[in-house]
Amino acid sequence: MREMTFGEAINEALKEEMARDGRVYIIGEDVRVGYGGGAFGVTKGLLAQFGPERVIDTPISESAIAGTSVGAALWGMRPVAEIMFADFMALAMDHIANSAAKMRFAYAGEATVPVVFRMATGAGVGAALHHSQSTEAWITNVPGLKVVMPSTPADAKGLLKSSIRDDNPVVFLEHKLLYSRLKGPVPEGEYLVPLGKADVKREGEDLTIIATGAMIQQALAAAEILSQEGVKVEVLDPRTLVPLDRETIVNSVKKTGKVVIVHEAPTIGGFGGEIAAVIADEAFYSLDAPIKRVGAPFTPVPAHPLLEQAYLPNAEKIVKAAKEILS
Amino acid sequence: MDLTEKDLLPMYRWMVLGRLFEEKTLELLKLGKLVGFHHPNVGQEAVDVGTCYELRRDDTIMPTHRGKLKYLMKGVPMKIMWAGMYGRRNGSGKGIGPASHSGDNAIGLLAGTGLIGSGIPISTGAALAMKLQKKDSVALHFFGDGASNRGDFHEALNMAGVLRLPIVYVCDNNCYAMTVAAECAMAIKDIAVRAAGYGFPGLVVDGNDVLAVYEATQEAIARARRGEGPTLIECKTYRFLGHSIGDPQEYRTAEEVESWKEKDPVQRFEGYLKKKGLLDDRRVKEVYGSLAEEIEQAVQFAESSPMPAFEDALASVYAA
Repeated sequence: MREMTFGEAINEALKEEMARDGRVYIIGEDVRVGYGGGAFGVTKGLLAQFGPERVIDTPISESAIAGTSVGAALWGMRPVAEIMFADFMALAMDHIANSAAKMRFAYAGEATVPVVFRMATGAGVGAALHHSQSTEAWITNVPGLKVVMPSTPADAKGLLKSSIRDDNPVVFLEHKLLYSRLKGPVPEGEYLVPLGKADVKREGEDLTIIATGAMIQQALAAAEILSQEGVKVEVLDPRTLVPLDRETIVNSVKKTGKVVIVHEAPTIGGFGGEIAAVIADEAFYSLDAPIKRVGAPFTPVPAHPLLEQAYLPNAEKIVKAAKEILS
Repeated sequence: MDLTEKDLLPMYRWMVLGRLFEEKTLELLKLGKLVGFHHPNVGQEAVDVGTCYELRRDDTIMPTHRGKLKYLMKGVPMKIMWAGMYGRRNGSGKGIGPASHSGDNAIGLLAGTGLIGSGIPISTGAALAMKLQKKDSVALHFFGDGASNRGDFHEALNMAGVLRLPIVYVCDNNCYAMTVAAECAMAIKDIAVRAAGYGFPGLVVDGNDVLAVYEATQEAIARARRGEGPTLIECKTYRFLGHSIGDPQEYRTAEEVESWKEKDPVQRFEGYLKKKGLLDDRRVKEVYGSLAEEIEQAVQFAESSPMPAFEDALASVYAA
């Protein structure tokens, strides 16, 4: 199969969905020209193919980007709103958490709000405290939203296409470290990954590592290290946090009896706590060791690359946590 | 659309309905019949009638939390509105969303949000959709003086100006944001001047003069339909009652309230019509009587409507 970067796969999904459905348009800052199409080159070629009406550059107005997208979605369009960095979600939060998420409820179930809020999440590129956060846990406690975190180019394409076709508001978190650095096979044309379906990225029987976004690469590296010591690790990617595929998670833990949950956001209050609670609820008697969590410390993301690397969870930290429950 | 004499009586009827609907609301609230909060609209009827009279079905409005007259004028049947205010299963919002932020896209009624000013970008988005769909419909967005101080006001109006969207921003400046006087919240006298910063016209209208409001709105709608972009209309008006039920109103004097009651928009329009020979006391009595009867029947419908169901709430979060 042909290979593409994570960013190219997202670009392909956007192009395919815009070509397929005239109601889909993209709106955000610098999406027309930008640095090769947006801040990360993800909207490259959209302006040439679809014109300025459907590729809308906006003022620096995250709240209006999000709020107008809710209104347009209510009135028959299917906007893809790009929030340049997930940190800026704070500026759009009212319309994500109060408008988009609750609009169907306000209509007593008689309206749909098909909008996708795409944003670049995560650290690792030296972008410091206001351009590096992993913000998924800010919104996983808001009923009405779906929250998607792809980890591979193929998933990015298939999940984005499904998100655009979904009749609910979706927050689509793209890890910026992966845009140009992660390459992988991507099916051509119609390829849909359903929301709410986890994926086993590596099979194993001794230990489950559940990871999201860029942490899948670290989890796979950790699995490789552990395999050299004879430990067969299963790596599981929920892919969507809301809705969460509890069944696949629980089945994996029932098989292995041991679990390490990894995410890049701070451990405290992170989504890993929810996953741990699901496991404790539904697979407690299959566990033969405590549930381990690996996340960032409870600090903002530091500026210097050395400090940033110290901050980030990585394969080494995952291996260490795994060994605590393997021995 | 130009007004003819035969429009004036229906407009008057709407104004009276607005007033009687509010009076009935207060009566039912005292009896503990209604759910949720209520923000009285008495004194502001001319803004509602002047803006919403004869809108097209494919034009959108998003009302504020204050009053229900705009909903009725856009086409929500009165019995459905009352059932909604009772929180009943067959009413506006079905007891799931509040009647005061209910929506019905089939009649161009956009649901608002409970956050003051947050509706402004949402209506602006509906206008963007209309433009992208190459339709000549128009979005009307309602907000108060308080909302004009929100960042969303700036972001949305700026974007609407840049994209020349078909939207009319109607500010009903009733002098107070809850208890804070407008002059304590902004260093300008007229909110309309803010439009200059967004590159489209802003005008001040006597918000207690229904015909002045109508004329300004129709001109702005025509501009929007022609693709000439947004207009901001500031209607100067006043609420005769408190912000919400239980407001002790310590921020204003009884004299001030009385001075505005002399400019009562319903009385004023009635006087105008009488002077034109289109209305007399007998006719006035008829209008009040028949509307009171209509309201009574609608309230009876609400009274006998089914209670809401929790399973409806659970089923209203996600689309399948």
